[in-house]
Amino acid sequence: MTSPNDSADDRVRAAVDAAFRDEWGQVVATLIGLTGDWDLAEDCAQDAFAAALVTWPRDGVPRRPGAWLTTTARNRAIDRLRRDAAGAAKLRRLAVPADDPDESPVEEIPDERLRLIFTCCHPALPFAARVALTLRTLAGLTTAEIARAFLTAEPAMAQRLVRAKRKIAEAGIPYRVPSAELLPQRLAGVLAVLYLIFNEGYDEQDARRALTAEAIRLARVLVRLMPHEPEPRGLLALMLLHEARRPTRTDHGVLVTLEHQDRSRWNQALITEGVALLDQALVMRRTGPYQVQAAIAACHATAPDAAGTDWPQIASLYAELARLAPSPVVDLNRAVAVAMADGIPAGLAMVDRLTASGRLAGYYLLPATRADLLRRAGRTGEAKAAYEEALKLAPTETERRYLTSRLEEL
Amino acid sequence: MKYVLLICDDETVSPSNEELEADPVHQAWVADVNRRGGMLVGARLRPVVDATTVRVRDGETLVSDGPFAETKDFVGGLVILECADLDEAIAIASGHPYARWGGVEIRPVWE
Repeated sequence: MTSPNDSADDRVRAAVDAAFRDEWGQVVATLIGLTGDWDLAEDCAQDAFAAALVTWPRDGVPRRPGAWLTTTARNRAIDRLRRDAAGAAKLRRLAVPADDPDESPVEEIPDERLRLIFTCCHPALPFAARVALTLRTLAGLTTAEIARAFLTAEPAMAQRLVRAKRKIAEAGIPYRVPSAELLPQRLAGVLAVLYLIFNEGYDEQDARRALTAEAIRLARVLVRLMPHEPEPRGLLALMLLHEARRPTRTDHGVLVTLEHQDRSRWNQALITEGVALLDQALVMRRTGPYQVQAAIAACHATAPDAAGTDWPQIASLYAELARLAPSPVVDLNRAVAVAMADGIPAGLAMVDRLTASGRLAGYYLLPATRADLLRRAGRTGEAKAAYEEALKLAPTETERRYLTSRLEEL
Repeated sequence: MKYVLLICDDETVSPSNEELEADPVHQAWVADVNRRGGMLVGARLRPVVDATTVRVRDGETLVSDGPFAETKDFVGGLVILECADLDEAIAIASGHPYARWGGVEIRPVWE
């Protein structure tokens, strides 16, 4: 039985949860901007959310929860700095009166979170630290959650975060969005971090699914804050198009390939949104690797069935991707598309060249792809040998189960 | 903030001081640093064959020829700068002629 009070409490609880999801990064970013102190900013943001849990049930949820939280966190920071002699200089920057929490001018600085993303992703920080710091400060994940996501011990992750924050202070990494001439080069790093966070969640089961949602949310922030850059839109489109197909990727722990996925279960709303974002990016006429990958994902997502896929288009998109962002993995995917568009022999020839180059030695998808093409070509004996080679290299149980079932079908 | 730029190179390419002064990239770099007013100290070092390293182990002073770091790249010069932040130090370092074939390590000064 639910009393009226319980449901009111539930509503407040939901409002605080929503505020945490939507406003955490903004509150922390604003506090870092004001104090220059990352730890103080996080502590005070935490205090503000704790205060919300006490105050909102009594006084009601404020009209602008983000402004309320920011003001509360800032007042908390002033209190803390007052008690600290070394805080006097920082205090002067903070001493802006804000009597009415609902009227404070937080809306005037909409790029605070963008500054935070770019600072977390500064090229002077080690790559792993950039990912961890982004998740911690922008998404509010706890150190334990980040450690779990990256299969690291919590003390090691805590160390990594401490070192990164220390380097920001002591090496003098500026808290700002880089100037226009540096932006394209820095933006690439930011996008890479967001896509890595997405993929961490995408490849795994429920435990890490929150990471894909977080990456999508951060990409949305980036799109809103940099409306004239096409690549953030390309990345968001790519994520949404992958996410739309996620529920059909496995069946009781067995990998299901694109060809055999139940297309009626793909999320059409996400596909529509992804395609629209991609179109907006493409009209800006500055192609980048995320837009091309999104275009490939869109070809798959909008095909009526596996046979009706526009393989010549996908093959030419992979050629474009190989030009923009050369990598042997791209070449492997391109070989598959060429096999589907121009016939198995053409694709097999590309895979064989790749095998001979040794650039993907130890990568299970190379023999697995070769096995699949040989199977389609009716070269059963060679296909079996290739599946067995792939099985030895497959990294997870899901992939081994898939390869075993294919092998048994031959 | 103060930063030290360690100008690193493997010494296979070692232009003379006259060649360096005639290099338009070097001239542009010096002009850029002067414009920013950031240069506190700058010095080019003699090659590593002229280096001597001193260590004290168990109270005994050990003197050896050669540089401390046994790598391919050695410190060939140093510059001490006063800049706003790391991004400005990166901007200055990226303009140094040795950044094209060697490397420039940026170290904040412990103050």
